[in-house]
Amino acid sequence: MNTTHPAVTDLRTETMTLNMGPSHPGTHGVLRLLLEVDGETVVSAQPILGYLHSGKEKIAEHRTYHQFIPYTDRLDYVAPLSNNVAYVLAVEKLLGIEATPRAQYIRVLCCELARISAHLLWLGTMAVDLGAVTIIFYAFREREKLNRLFEDLTGVRMNTSYTRVGGLAWDLPEGFESRVRAFLDEFPSQLKEMDGLLTRNRIWYDRCRGVGVISREDAIAYGLTGPSLRAAGVAWDLRKARPYSSYEHFEFDVPVEEAGDSYARYLVRMEEMRQARRIALQAIERMPGGPISVPDPKITPPPKRRILCSMEELIQDFEIVVFGHRAPKGEVYHSIEAPKGELGFYIISEGGGKPYRLKIRSPSFCNLSAMSKMVEGRLLSDVVTVISSLDPVMGEVDR
Amino acid sequence: MFDGNLEDMIMTTRLGEVVKWARKNSLWPMPFGTSCCAIELMSVLTTKYDISRFGAEVARFSPRQADLLMVAGWITRKMAPALRKIYDQMPEPKWVIAMGACASCGGPHNSYAVLQGADEVVPVDMYVPGCPPRPEAVIDAVIKLQERISRASGDETRQGAALAPRQEGA
Ligand code: SF4
Repeated sequence: MNTTHPAVTDLRTETMTLNMGPSHPGTHGVLRLLLEVDGETVVSAQPILGYLHSGKEKIAEHRTYHQFIPYTDRLDYVAPLSNNVAYVLAVEKLLGIEATPRAQYIRVLCCELARISAHLLWLGTMAVDLGAVTIIFYAFREREKLNRLFEDLTGVRMNTSYTRVGGLAWDLPEGFESRVRAFLDEFPSQLKEMDGLLTRNRIWYDRCRGVGVISREDAIAYGLTGPSLRAAGVAWDLRKARPYSSYEHFEFDVPVEEAGDSYARYLVRMEEMRQARRIALQAIERMPGGPISVPDPKITPPPKRRILCSMEELIQDFEIVVFGHRAPKGEVYHSIEAPKGELGFYIISEGGGKPYRLKIRSPSFCNLSAMSKMVEGRLLSDVVTVISSLDPVMGEVDR
Repeated sequence: MFDGNLEDMIMTTRLGEVVKWARKNSLWPMPFGTSCCAIELMSVLTTKYDISRFGAEVARFSPRQADLLMVAGWITRKMAPALRKIYDQMPEPKWVIAMGACASCGGPHNSYAVLQGADEVVPVDMYVPGCPPRPEAVIDAVIKLQERISRASGDETRQGAALAPRQEGA
């Protein structure tokens, strides 16, 4: 018999399908990826979503505007305070009201502390994913201090539900400013410690540099926002571009990097924490006095003490709690610069106390859409880097 | 050879007691964190709360190496089969902690997509209330579970949870 061996050039390899998730430590929760791999190289990556879909947009249609605030905590649960702010700003736009200066400043303070807290969590988890386990203990040490502050302010460590339509649940507790200042004063040195362990670290550099590159054009085309967009060289920050809640009063820089890779995203977020600290300090320094809620009985329920003593106020409270705010017919969209990017709420109102439809434009969802493009042709181990550098929170992706 | 009093060096006990003691003090948790509670679970595992003080810090992301399943977060209908599969892959004996309102009863998510409690698919030993529970509460649950393990009769240590999954409509 004459057996002929195939020439080496005739040999073909087959790609393999690999399932990653939905329970995988590297996917930040419950992301599931269907990967097609050729050896170690990723040919294509298809995200499969919906493992955390809780139907929040549908739930919103059956809740008054106030009742939906707790659900916004559970979107990007890493930074609940900034979700609270984003949502009430949209409702306030619908109602055509504006919060008082003091409320606006406190909201800015909340957003920036939430940004630091969210970025710390990202830093810790990304470092763990890439094998630098030490960092998470440093990051959580700082996060615990922030949680303590949030507890002071809102009564809970997470899932704060602190804002209200037309203002805030309550004013800053006594001595809060000085406690925030104490935290912010020592924060730079703590951040420097983490920075020193990572930024010039050879392994960190090699695993992040040039990984998950996205060009400026692609970043815009995919609708990336937040640090991921700014790391691709686009200086777009809603706090500067469309200031809300008095952000125009604050001085800060928008960090931009050109490379568009994971390392650039890392650098941008590190700098954002420093800038967030700057804004928070300014907010404390210039904190205006005055009421924290708009003095309109149709918007703000009267204080509890008065509700119990007077018929008129009891009725007002009842109206707001049971029927909700009397919103006019119309459609509004309002978005803020959340830690992950543009977080927007689109509300369609048919009049009455509940939205007819509420759509959440979540930054993680849009940012994640670029992931497939970023990992194609890269090694399997880079998938983890790319996911963590995009920092998706699945609660917000699936909603 | 040793010289000395044999009785000072040897402790007699029953095998079952030693096994229980070992199991109780070396729980290996598999954090099945889906949502917000997972973030608090991370606080439990890291600085300040540091659950390693109670002998349960070796978090394993492979169910085959774990004996304590910590369900933290809401479980959607799409996720339920994965949760059950992970539970089935864990070697006996095994225990389950449902952390937070969602894992216990669906929490605020009373919707078409969410299971009203992880106990619809896996047997739960310990429910921790809270949304999210404080880290202290989670540590308390682990300690209570340890007590339960050390009290268990021979059979129960083998089987972990004594409960069967809740039947539909039961
Ligand atoms: S119990 Fe609360 S904190 Fe925990 S997962 Fe559910 S909504 Fe989130």
